Amino acid sequence: MSNVIRIKKGLNINLVGEAEKTIKELSTDQFAIKPTDFIGVFPKLLVKEGDEVQAGTPLFVDKYRDNIIFTSPVSGKVSEIKRGAKRVLLEVRIESDGKFAAVNFGAGDPSKMKREEIVDKLLQSGVWPFIRQRPYSVIANPADLPKAIFISTFDTSPLAPDNNLIVQGQEDIFQKGLDVLIALTKGKVHVNVDAQSTPSQAFTAAKGVQVNHFAGPHPAGNVGVQINKIDPINKGEVVWYLYPQDVLVIGRLFKSGIYNATRVIALTGPEVLNPVYYRTFVGARLENMVKSQLTAVEKRFVSGNVLTGTKIDLDGYIGFYHTQVTVIKEGNYHEFLGWAVPGFDKFSISRSFPSFLFRNKKYKLDTNMHGGHRALVMTGQFEKVFPFDIYPMQLLKAIIVEDIDLMENLGIYEVDEEDFALCEVIDTSKTDIQVLVRKGLDLMRKEMS
Amino acid sequence: MKFLRDFLDKQKPQFEKGGRFEKLHSTFDAFETFLFVPDKTTSNGAHIRDAIDMKRTMIIVVIALIFPLIFGIWNVGYQHYLSHGMDYDFWPMFGFGLLKVLPVIVVSYVVGLGIEFAFAQSRGHEVNEGFLVSGMLIPMVMPPDVPLWMVAIATAFAVIIGKEVFGGTGMNILNPALTARAFLFFAYPAEMSGDKVWIAEKADAYSGATPLGHLLVMETDKVPSVWDMFIGVIPGSIGETSTLAILLGALVLIATGIGSARIMASVFAGGMLMGWLFNLWGANAYMNIPAYQHLVMGGFAFGAVYMATDPVSASQTARGKIIYGLLIGMIAVLIRVFNPAYPEGMMLAILLMNVFAPLIDHYVVESNIKRRLKRAKVAVKA
Repeated sequence: MSNVIRIKKGLNINLVGEAEKTIKELSTDQFAIKPTDFIGVFPKLLVKEGDEVQAGTPLFVDKYRDNIIFTSPVSGKVSEIKRGAKRVLLEVRIESDGKFAAVNFGAGDPSKMKREEIVDKLLQSGVWPFIRQRPYSVIANPADLPKAIFISTFDTSPLAPDNNLIVQGQEDIFQKGLDVLIALTKGKVHVNVDAQSTPSQAFTAAKGVQVNHFAGPHPAGNVGVQINKIDPINKGEVVWYLYPQDVLVIGRLFKSGIYNATRVIALTGPEVLNPVYYRTFVGARLENMVKSQLTAVEKRFVSGNVLTGTKIDLDGYIGFYHTQVTVIKEGNYHEFLGWAVPGFDKFSISRSFPSFLFRNKKYKLDTNMHGGHRALVMTGQFEKVFPFDIYPMQLLKAIIVEDIDLMENLGIYEVDEEDFALCEVIDTSKTDIQVLVRKGLDLMRKEMS
Repeated sequence: MKFLRDFLDKQKPQFEKGGRFEKLHSTFDAFETFLFVPDKTTSNGAHIRDAIDMKRTMIIVVIALIFPLIFGIWNVGYQHYLSHGMDYDFWPMFGFGLLKVLPVIVVSYVVGLGIEFAFAQSRGHEVNEGFLVSGMLIPMVMPPDVPLWMVAIATAFAVIIGKEVFGGTGMNILNPALTARAFLFFAYPAEMSGDKVWIAEKADAYSGATPLGHLLVMETDKVPSVWDMFIGVIPGSIGETSTLAILLGALVLIATGIGSARIMASVFAGGMLMGWLFNLWGANAYMNIPAYQHLVMGGFAFGAVYMATDPVSASQTARGKIIYGLLIGMIAVLIRVFNPAYPEGMMLAILLMNVFAPLIDHYVVESNIKRRLKRAKVAVKA
């Protein structure tokens, strides 16, 4: 604990509905892989409806990087291929046969393998998409040699799952996954742990890596913030990042030779009666998880957390990278003179509502915007929750005017949408900031390729 | 409030595309969202949002303006009766002030909001709340005897030339309320300066000069006591005389986090610093007045708390705000002491720094860019 990196700027949003620390098995036979979860991927389908698949059978590849393969998480048959407007591929649905028959890619000892062999195994098995890169937050390019690999072992976003619980009993698999990652970079593998709690031994006693301690409010757990504090990204540099459950998938591949994308998902939120953890596979269908678990109000289902997650339907599927489902109330109501009433139960970082007097209050928030869209008038707000050495407002304005040079100069390589999530939440002007940041990143990526 | 909601829902289709009053959509929307916070939900990005919006922000500023406004209304009455050598209770004075001030406020709001609504309508966007504050600030920086037609054209000038030509709220370079004040100051100097205008319906024999007016002609002996100037029982523009009431408003702005404490503190610090430098120089009687006296005279406090802090026209970066504030304070005092034509320097100092604020920000941001480039170079070498 010698060197704790303290994040001062930020904000913890306390919501009602934290998951109880027990893991239940989820009974569902419906899974789907959604190409829309992968930024910048153009899917080329390899299966058709009715095909039999095993865990690890390729479903589709990226048209422009055809060595990046997306495989089935379970065995069974392809039940439906769902397309949207203009025949965009939305979901490849798989009905599990419950047997979990898996393709054998062969176990391996990363310390005895060449880097190319390791990369090849990860690509063939469909594990590779779990490894993403900064800048741009896209799936890592197998041809790159990243300057470092970062793993954030704790999540500070609202109602975030507890990774200590998830890795419990799988310490050796986690280490195996780390051994693989160590072989992939010329630099260090950073395992970032929470200094405010007692993290699992799997993280603190990890071998061959650098363990960094972080303390502070959200976004201290965001990997982007951690990279910025330890080894910031300069132009032309690439850093890879993963989350603990992704490392476990890699560990299992090298231990047993199969693609085992087991996921522990935290079911959370104020509208869930019994929030708890569920064990299932990547891409599980939501319905069985929340069945008979919900309050009576009109709800929104969020795959992920309330800051960065994706809205899904009750019969939808959990996102590839998500380890949490949050259920909150839809805020589609009018509020009489809502801007003028004192508002004791309203959440706000500004002290213009008396609720700021109750620091540790837990809120039941809904999806209401609490106001109309306006010009960017207020200044100095974003800086309170944005722990980068970057001027957030100036960067956003550079994105709005699509000034590539200015975006680069102001540090767009170091940030991601999720790093701006808090800015978006507290923004008086109700601008969709994350969409804007994504637009900037996409523009940058197009310009640089 | 169900019946009101039902009524609005029934009328709404008429104001939407294809409806009978389609052209008045922005107007309907402004009234509807005034009564009810919209039912719009999040669709992209974060699923939850802070309860604050522009209406809440602006209403807090209006609340902070109430203290100097109430005092100003009373003081208008008090100064009037004082000049006639009469003494009354609170209410007659307040009543006289109200009769003088209320029409100015009404004219400012009607003219300003009318233009705002028309522009929102023609541009097809929602009506911005910015004028709720500007419309209150304009009357407060006017002399009590200002003709209403002047208020009207000054407001129109400020809203159109000061704000809408740049694209509306959030895009303006100059503070709209000060633009109105400056317009009158240069267009009708006789009505905006001298010693005739600061007391409503003044008795002729009574000197109505403000403390700054006295100082301009080096009548240091006629300047009221610092205590009187702090409390605000002196002639002056409607809302600016009482430093005490302004500080109460500042407290509201700082406590709620709406106004920038950084700017306020640095403006006061800048004024103090400049006053103190003049004390050291001490070439004439004006330079020798105690530095803190500058802070309670004229529009200094009012400008520091309500005008310099306007987030749109001020510097936007934290470091920029300090530089911006210091310079406003220093230049305001500099103009007061050196310029023989204008007794008050605050308005000009703020407007000048409004113009320079983007430049200050540019250099602050530039230093951040340089730091990043330097880091990249070190990384390349290593």
